[in-house]
Amino acid sequence: MDRDDHAMSQAAAWEQEGASGAPDEAPVLSAQRVEKTYRNGTRALDEVRLDIGRGEFVSLLGPSGCGKSTLLKMFAGLEEPSHGHLRWWGGNLATVGTPERTLAMVFQEATLMPWATVAQNARLPLDLRHVPRAEAEARVAAALQLVGLEKFHHVLPRELSGGMQMRASIARALATSPNLLLMDEPFGALDEFTRNKLDADLRDIWSRQDLTVVFVTHSIYEAVFLSSRVIVMAARPGRIIADVPIDAPGPRDEAFRISAPFLQYCKTLSDYLTLANQQGGDHEAQH
Amino acid sequence: MKRNIEPLVNRPGFWRVVAPLSIGTALLLLWQAVCTLLEVPPYLVPSPVVIARTLAADWGMLLDALLVTLKITFLAFALAVTLGVALAFVFVQSRFIEISLFPYAIILQVTPIAAIAPLIIIWVKDTTAALTVCATIMALFPIISNTTLGLRSVNPGLLNLFRLNRATRWQTLWRLRIPSALPYFFAGLRISSGLALIGAVVAEFVAGTGGTGSGLAYQILQAGFQLNIPRLFAALLLITLTGILLFWLMSAIARTTLAGWHESEMG
Repeated sequence: MDRDDHAMSQAAAWEQEGASGAPDEAPVLSAQRVEKTYRNGTRALDEVRLDIGRGEFVSLLGPSGCGKSTLLKMFAGLEEPSHGHLRWWGGNLATVGTPERTLAMVFQEATLMPWATVAQNARLPLDLRHVPRAEAEARVAAALQLVGLEKFHHVLPRELSGGMQMRASIARALATSPNLLLMDEPFGALDEFTRNKLDADLRDIWSRQDLTVVFVTHSIYEAVFLSSRVIVMAARPGRIIADVPIDAPGPRDEAFRISAPFLQYCKTLSDYLTLANQQGGDHEAQH
Repeated sequence: MKRNIEPLVNRPGFWRVVAPLSIGTALLLLWQAVCTLLEVPPYLVPSPVVIARTLAADWGMLLDALLVTLKITFLAFALAVTLGVALAFVFVQSRFIEISLFPYAIILQVTPIAAIAPLIIIWVKDTTAALTVCATIMALFPIISNTTLGLRSVNPGLLNLFRLNRATRWQTLWRLRIPSALPYFFAGLRISSGLALIGAVVAEFVAGTGGTGSGLAYQILQAGFQLNIPRLFAALLLITLTGILLFWLMSAIARTTLAGWHESEMG
């Protein structure tokens, strides 16, 4: 109750702000000088500043240990920064969860409940929110349709292939009608063919909805193919070293994967990553 | 339809039944042959045929004894499951409670039941109650430790998912922790059911040497005193069969509940 009231007042304040002439709406996600230092002294993130606007598809790209997953977990509210702060639609974490500010996450693994069917798994977040059964089932059916699992409602996860399990996991996130979708290397464990297919489907789903996506990956190709913007990160300490808009007109399809702009972007990002690795190495040498 | 054409030998369940049965039959035949050919006296080693005859002749007495042992076994098992599960739920509420109480659960487990049974039989007046207490102590620990382990062995990714969706403690327990704990709980049941029977028999032995009792263990003691070895074997056979039946029953429950999703029950 308290939380809802709070959210309402936040939203009201925000609207007023808009009315009083603020040029843009608050970013969906905002990280301000966010740092994370673990108890053993490891600096996972160092002064990260990042604003992600509504409708963007942003990839966090970097080598392992650059803190991209940590940053994503912070965006999900699963981890807290040691310093700095985060804002969701201009408010704090407590304001997230209203129908206009719904956040969903897809993990590295499908993380499905093995004892529950695909439909039951996809319905879980709605059940936890006490969404009425009939409405929940309709939303799950729509989400499963969207990911191409409409014929697999009553199948148990272990009867599905890795790619289909991931689709079920995405359907579970989509069933909540999220405004912000966080994805932590969701297709990392899949074969290239399946990964490309899922990338294309994901891009398609994103383009047809009012959806902001933050996508963690260590694949340059995947980042370029999917994103409207790629944030390149370096390790030791984890930090942002480049912010590259992917400004490619035309459809993102198989032809795009072999087009000149695609390869040019891959080259640019690859150069940044090489730089990132060198800098990371220097840092390590200094310490 | 397809199933009907398939030869019996190719069915997966076929050899699982036939192979152990063949070994058993062969051993029984060998046993019978040795007893008959070497003319082993029945008071040393009775032949299977003699045991079967005794089982039939003494059936009334043995059945009464079996029912007594079964009653104590089931009472103790039910108590152990109820208490064990309740304690496991208390343990997972906080690490502090667990570290405070767990050593006592271990003490209960490592102290030989035969050593404390005489005390319990003196303290608890009613024989059935005393025997049930002994058997419960024996059967309790696997339930506590397995259920606790199960309730804690939750996929961290799923736990994050529940946190992300702001699940309440109760929702997390009911929808995640309990289903995750089931395979561990069933493994505990399987061990515990056998231990309840062993506990009941051991306690009956202790009580039986004191002159009270009417269960199968008491029959074994009496048969031993009277050198009625065929009856001793018959009683022993009944205990073994009870144990197998319990194990099979627990496996069947686990199989029905976990079928399809847990590795332990996949064909």
